Amino acid sequence: MQQVFKRPEALKDVQTHFCPGCHHGTIHRLVAEALDEFGLQKRTIGIASIGCSVFLYHYFDIDVIETPHGRAPAVATGVKRAKPDSFVFTYQGDGDLAAIGTAEIIHAANRGEDITVIFVNNTTYGMTGGQMAPTTLLGQKTSTSPYGRKSEKEGFPVRVTELLSGLEGVAFAARTAVNTPKNLMDAKKQIKKAFQYQVEGKGFSFVEVLSSCPTNWGMNAVEANERVGREMCEYFKLGVFKDTAGI
Amino acid sequence: MPKRILVKGNEAICRGAIEAGCRYYFGYPITPQNDIPEFMSRELPKVNGEFIQAESEIASVNMVMGAAATGVRAMTSSSSPGISLKMEAISYMAGMELPCLIVNISRSGPGLGGIDASQGDYFQAVKGGGHGGYHIVVIAPASIQEMYDLTMHAFDLAEIYRTPVMILGDAVVGQMKEPLIPHPKPNTDLPVKDWALRGKGDGEQRIIKSLFLGDGELEAHNWKLHAKYQQLKEKETRWEEFETADATLIVTGFGSAARIAKTAVMMAREEGLKVGLLRPVTLFPFPEKAFYAATEHCKKILDIELNTGQMVEDVRLSVRRDAEVFFYGRPSGTGSLPTPEELLGQIKKYL
Repeated sequence: MQQVFKRPEALKDVQTHFCPGCHHGTIHRLVAEALDEFGLQKRTIGIASIGCSVFLYHYFDIDVIETPHGRAPAVATGVKRAKPDSFVFTYQGDGDLAAIGTAEIIHAANRGEDITVIFVNNTTYGMTGGQMAPTTLLGQKTSTSPYGRKSEKEGFPVRVTELLSGLEGVAFAARTAVNTPKNLMDAKKQIKKAFQYQVEGKGFSFVEVLSSCPTNWGMNAVEANERVGREMCEYFKLGVFKDTAGI
Repeated sequence: MPKRILVKGNEAICRGAIEAGCRYYFGYPITPQNDIPEFMSRELPKVNGEFIQAESEIASVNMVMGAAATGVRAMTSSSSPGISLKMEAISYMAGMELPCLIVNISRSGPGLGGIDASQGDYFQAVKGGGHGGYHIVVIAPASIQEMYDLTMHAFDLAEIYRTPVMILGDAVVGQMKEPLIPHPKPNTDLPVKDWALRGKGDGEQRIIKSLFLGDGELEAHNWKLHAKYQQLKEKETRWEEFETADATLIVTGFGSAARIAKTAVMMAREEGLKVGLLRPVTLFPFPEKAFYAATEHCKKILDIELNTGQMVEDVRLSVRRDAEVFFYGRPSGTGSLPTPEELLGQIKKYL
């Protein structure tokens, strides 16, 4: 009998700590599949960040370094400069990348570091209990915006992919989602493209993936999945924002 | 006659680092250490090294973390306010047991303070300036030759003990020029870096982290770190003794303060006064045993610092119970460096 579906080699055969309906597990799988398809597992160094993403090393069967909050792109820079033959990706949430790590992501991108960044945007701080993130949508209630985010006091949700696309150092930038089979297939395609940029030494590549966080949104898995399409995709438009090499 | 060159202390550190095989420097400008990134930006490309002027002190030390995790020799440098910013990553690297070099050419504080020499960062350096209860090795050179030699030693210690090491200098030892005799790095037996990340290849996954959530895991990790610190105290303390054998008063101090103190001790000796100098070279591990031994015959210690009294606490913990410890210090700023005559006056006061 022919096997048509299996666990990627780059993923371990373990249960994750992710909540039911969370998209992290799906995104992990897409990244692992891309590592497998490029044959990168053995030379990959993963850069874990702070948040639900910190346990990268529990789920990926690759070398991993855990980093201080927001600093993953700087650590990735050090790894890649010291070991240019390795494949280096960071996996960061919105609090990590778009708040505390704003300086690090902008400057790693601007230097055109030959790394790939997977940016998981679920509009909240998941691990710490659902506080307001830089990407929290206007009106969205969180544990630190209990009356809903207001632009007058809390500013606007940051569109990171658009922001980074304006930097000359960025070679590839795309925003994707995994809420529907179609979006998921496209997310896989963009992650592979981003990886290809690094494999070919073509510079900094960035993929934002919109993700659900049912627990902190106070929704069940189905409602949360629907919110990604209904609310998030409205504000955070999906698409390829930069593709300098036209891969 | 070996070739001598006239260089600044900051440059001596760079030369020592490159001689020791360091090819990765990440930094951010701040006075009075700018000679270091400037020298490295010029010289590292010539030896196939990497230099990055990062967006911040924070980013630069995290780049060191990444490079060090792959097993290469990496360093950063800064001065007091910048070192405060690096403390987060230093705590992480102590927890991750990553070898690296951090240079603090310290300046006066608190806050923006000034750019003059100061030793106000002693507590921050030796007591674990970041969170969580850790130590790093702290070495305080007092001459340009030592800036060179001890930088090479620092990289070896970092690898042997898998720890960040700090060179704690200041504006005096960083900016002044003295003859330096460059020489090849002495051979040292160094452990194999089987922990270094290089991609798992056909082997087991390697993880470098400081998060330990399992029952008892973090306690065990902390006891392991503690054992390392005990081993450092046992094996790696360094100090200089000068005219201590018959001294009835021993002056102590580290780095630039010890240089001035040494001049004062020589002046005292010229006057026939029985005064000596005991200078800690390693501040962590602190040469506790040297002070204990010295106070067997000499019951008076005068500690000189460019602050209002920091190392003196470690001196008091180290001496015999019947020894007296006196302190003279000046928190530095422009025009606040004590003169040898001033220190001689203090010596006579307590002798």
